[in-house]
Amino acid sequence: MIELDGLTKRYGEKLAVDHLSFTVRPGIVTGFLGPNGAGKSTTMRMVLDLDNPTAGTVRIDGKHYRQLKDPLRYVGALLDAQAVHGGRSAYNHLLCLAQSNGIPRRRVGEVLDTVGLSTVATQRSKGFSLGMGQRLGIAAALLGDPEILMFDEPVNGLDPEGIHWIRTVMRNLAHRGRTVFVSSHLMSEMALTADHLVVIGQGRLLADTSMADFIHQNSRSYVRMRSPEQERLRDMLHGAGIRAVAAGDGSLEIDGVPATRLGELAARHQLVLHELSPQQASLEEAFMRLTAESVEYHAHDGEPPAARSAVPAVAAAAGGPGPGAPQGGGWGADWQRKGS
Amino acid sequence: MSAVTQVLRSEWTKIRSVRSTVWTLGTAVVITVALGVLLCLLAKSDFGSLAAKDQIVFDPTNASFAGMGLGQLAMIVFGVLVVSNEYSTGMIRTSLAAVPQRGTFLACKVAVATALVCVVGMATSFAAFFAGQAVLGGHRAHLDDPNVLRAVIGGGLYMTLIALFSMGVATMLRSPLLSLGILMPFFFLISSILGNVPATRKIGRYLPDQAGQKIMQVVPRVNDHVTYGPWGGLAIMVGWVLAALLGGFVLLKRRDA
Repeated sequence: MIELDGLTKRYGEKLAVDHLSFTVRPGIVTGFLGPNGAGKSTTMRMVLDLDNPTAGTVRIDGKHYRQLKDPLRYVGALLDAQAVHGGRSAYNHLLCLAQSNGIPRRRVGEVLDTVGLSTVATQRSKGFSLGMGQRLGIAAALLGDPEILMFDEPVNGLDPEGIHWIRTVMRNLAHRGRTVFVSSHLMSEMALTADHLVVIGQGRLLADTSMADFIHQNSRSYVRMRSPEQERLRDMLHGAGIRAVAAGDGSLEIDGVPATRLGELAARHQLVLHELSPQQASLEEAFMRLTAESVEYHAHDGEPPAARSAVPAVAAAAGGPGPGAPQGGGWGADWQRKGS
Repeated sequence: MSAVTQVLRSEWTKIRSVRSTVWTLGTAVVITVALGVLLCLLAKSDFGSLAAKDQIVFDPTNASFAGMGLGQLAMIVFGVLVVSNEYSTGMIRTSLAAVPQRGTFLACKVAVATALVCVVGMATSFAAFFAGQAVLGGHRAHLDDPNVLRAVIGGGLYMTLIALFSMGVATMLRSPLLSLGILMPFFFLISSILGNVPATRKIGRYLPDQAGQKIMQVVPRVNDHVTYGPWGGLAIMVGWVLAALLGGFVLLKRRDA
């Protein structure tokens, strides 16, 4: 079990991690999701006591990481698979880690077997492919047969076979009652592996929920409308009190109004439609909307004006909503553009 | 098995499992001994043409250590790489996750590297001495001559300390290029310039290598007005080493890995 309590990391002016509190429980895969730069890796480094928190604490089975005797027997982590001395053989890399924690030498052979690197054990890891490097990193994490496993973006850059292998490893570990904590910036990846989801954006906790609940709550359905007379379409919807969001490709997206009603409305106004299609938002979009909302929250609610001004700049840089769009931008505009 | 023993073993595995160890230490031995022999050969053939007063102050022991100025550079590379390899490869995060007690981690790494360097340094110093003296023939010094054993053991200690100093500096700077970029020119050029230019000589004498090299001299140099003796010089060098290691420790302790 990993418990984070008010964990905060500040780099100069920037809050990389902002009062994070959540618990990673045993027996399940907990996905740690957030856009790039959300603070996932920083959080994981603080769990391992590599980076010092500005405030707050992390406890592993009730103890601070530094208090653990032979920590590799408690927590196995894969933070960066490339972070090995390329001139050292896979076997010696694992051996020096094993020795530092009093793990018997035979265990090195076992984990090399588990990850399928036995045949290249004596080769220098410099020549390893990305996938082999990742396997070596996983072997290092498994070395102490720990109760807790932590993987930072483990599938990044892997081929489909490697991705499948890592998913299976994580699922198997969780089935054996281990605590598995895995980060990703891809919702689709998490949907396949995680039972529980912790979502952060800009260092803040956005969601701490079971995967099933998240899917249930965030499967947004909406209707996409497109017309050659875009202005009239907008006026018509506005007149009917319906909120529409401009997507980047010139179409409008409408939440919470059935397609039938929108079609009838258009017919009454004799408006030509080129598209009227009910859409089911993917989880990827749900995730982007969630993180987008975090930015909007920053921008509009209770923040001092100085802090606000930075966010619209982001929206503008990202392309922003077209003129006359009913809803203000932030990342909201961004996800809709990507989602379309 | 205690935590310290475990970490010592681990660090030994790290050191012996990379090629740079053999290359750097091997280079240090070969350069130091070979250049020492070469200079002794030259000294022997030129001895007759030396002025009488130069013949009196000829220091055969010190002559056989002539290769140390260059050989120490390989020791510096070893010291720097032992520490900064962890940073340049990113291995430091894996290492500190395995051994979160950073004091223990650094102490064990430095202890293992020092033990190895001390063995190699002593072997180098004795090899350079015997090879050099063998070449010098009639002008040779003997190990049981006054102060000669001290100078030869001192040569081994000097090489050990120079590597240790490099480890401390590399722990502070982390980057191998930066560490080497500062240490190599400093010990190869800047220090000897500072030690020989009259204006800076007084300061130059207290630099780690200038002070430490005193122990390798058996016959005092002409116009040598240093205020410390051979062991005093070594103590000054030890002071530098301790300062570098302490600085490295404090930064390692505080810094995010």
